[in-house]
Amino acid sequence: MSFPWAEQYTPVNPLMKWVDDRLPLPRFVYNAVGAGYAVPRNLNYWWNFGVLSGFALVLQLVTGIILAMHYGANAGVAFDSVEHIMRDVNGGWLLRYAHANGASFFFIVVYIHIFRGLFFGSYKAPREMVWLLGLVIFLLMMATAFMGYVLPWGQMSFWGAKVITGLFGAIPVVGEPIQTWLLGGFAPGNAALNRFFSLHYLLPFVIAAVVILHIWALHIPGSSNPTGVDVKGPQDTVPFHPYYTAKDGFGLGVFLIIYALVLFFGPNMLGHPDNYIPANPMSTPAHIVPEWYFWPFYAILRAFTFDFFFVPAKLLGVLAMFASILLLFVLPWLDTSPVRSGRYRPLFRKFFYLLLVDVAILGYCGGAPAAEPYVMISQIAAAYYFAHFLIILPIVSKIERPLPLPNSITEAVLGHEPAAVAAE
Amino acid sequence: MATVETSETAVSAAEGEGVRRRDFINVAAVAFAGVGAVAVLPTLINQMNPSADVLAAATTEVDLSAIKPGQAIKAVFRSQPLFVRQLTPKEIAEADARPVASLRDPQSLEERTQPGKKQWLVTMGVCTHLGCVPLGAGEGEVRGEFGGYFCPCHGSSYDTAARIIKGPAPKNLEVPEYKFTSDTAILVG
Repeated sequence: MSFPWAEQYTPVNPLMKWVDDRLPLPRFVYNAVGAGYAVPRNLNYWWNFGVLSGFALVLQLVTGIILAMHYGANAGVAFDSVEHIMRDVNGGWLLRYAHANGASFFFIVVYIHIFRGLFFGSYKAPREMVWLLGLVIFLLMMATAFMGYVLPWGQMSFWGAKVITGLFGAIPVVGEPIQTWLLGGFAPGNAALNRFFSLHYLLPFVIAAVVILHIWALHIPGSSNPTGVDVKGPQDTVPFHPYYTAKDGFGLGVFLIIYALVLFFGPNMLGHPDNYIPANPMSTPAHIVPEWYFWPFYAILRAFTFDFFFVPAKLLGVLAMFASILLLFVLPWLDTSPVRSGRYRPLFRKFFYLLLVDVAILGYCGGAPAAEPYVMISQIAAAYYFAHFLIILPIVSKIERPLPLPNSITEAVLGHEPAAVAAE
Repeated sequence: MATVETSETAVSAAEGEGVRRRDFINVAAVAFAGVGAVAVLPTLINQMNPSADVLAAATTEVDLSAIKPGQAIKAVFRSQPLFVRQLTPKEIAEADARPVASLRDPQSLEERTQPGKKQWLVTMGVCTHLGCVPLGAGEGEVRGEFGGYFCPCHGSSYDTAARIIKGPAPKNLEVPEYKFTSDTAILVG
């Protein structure tokens, strides 16, 4: 599905023609990420992060499959096998650092991708399904990253697994049997490590499948753009290849430079030193924290320190943490403004930047020790997070007077020049 | 598919029949496959529960003879720390002096120990907040301002009966099921 003026796949090579008649896979690729996909001509660099996320997924798949060839998924040898990769396997240190930091960079680009969508209203009709599938990918990523962090079987791995599965223990009555069932024991052990490894290997392929659905759903209406104005004619679009393959290629180069800087000059910068201590069920690290990309959610989890209507604080925290993500699934129906882009929504824009600050504060508090003043700050920040989506956004959509929209993408790019008018 | 079914329905309606033989075969076949799919579910789910070797290690015997009053040891029960403490008369008096109703998780020392064995306090060494191992069982470890256990993670303080007094933990340290096999030995689990 594409615009009627999109370029058609016409194989000249007889072999490609023969293939196309029997299995139109080259045609499919051409229409998906080649010249056959017509894209708005005004995409800015925030639109690079979808392709960068895809690249990060491939990076994790390739390095992960290789690491699995050297890793031993057994509580007795897991830690040592990771050290074996670091010291003995040829280039193993590079592959492991590439994988561990690759996870962090995957989350960086995905978070930027998500906030891009939030600012430019990419979740609005007709792209709700793109947004929903994106959230499914995000949830799968979180599960995969958590289980991957357990595999080195260091102190943070072990206690992270204990605390996170302990979240399910907060569910009344069935909580503890569920926790035991998830772990295959009464505390994280060999059974838990093995099943986490199995799922950590499986889920990235599930992510890849949902990514295909995500792109499929995107290509029904086509990409959104910074003005949020619909494509009106051929003058509004350019072919994906070579225009955006080139632009994404440039972005990829910048991404790789930053990634390589961290990979080679600060490979442990984003990790926790305690994970280089073998797992010890008898002694807790003084300060259990998840990886940085979970900090905002961890802050919401810990913000609940008081019981409410007979619901224990621990359960409230767990519910709030899950709700903070599940809430995003109804976002397309909370923001009722017909204007998509934040560029033309002066009031929305101010609250968007406030939300950015709020999530940054939550992230900071999630990484800090659970003591005052961080607990109170995360309580306020968590309350604001929910208020933004449930109260502020619906009200802003109602009362805001948006700025005048350009008549077309071309007009937004070229202004009111005669050439633009002539092109229309 | 839809058109086929519509036409079949139309035909059967025209003939005034109720359930036809083909409808029956359809329902029976799908139901049979469904029952088969459901039948394998328990196995697929139950394989994730603790295996026999994990369950076999689900009880722990602890010898109490070497623990003097005021001393505590750390044992392992279900791969988690277990604290066994012999309370001194002073510690028992302190625990009894605290009004039960004032506690976050109201329990008396009697309820947390075996009848006639009030000096033997057996608890899990797992903080009820987020599962850290509290300090206080080892020689020279900090025992917090209430003389019991102290969790260094988020500052939960437990009293001499291992009841939560201060900090974020919602419950007292859990007392596992155990029984005295002799005067100087217990079987936990």
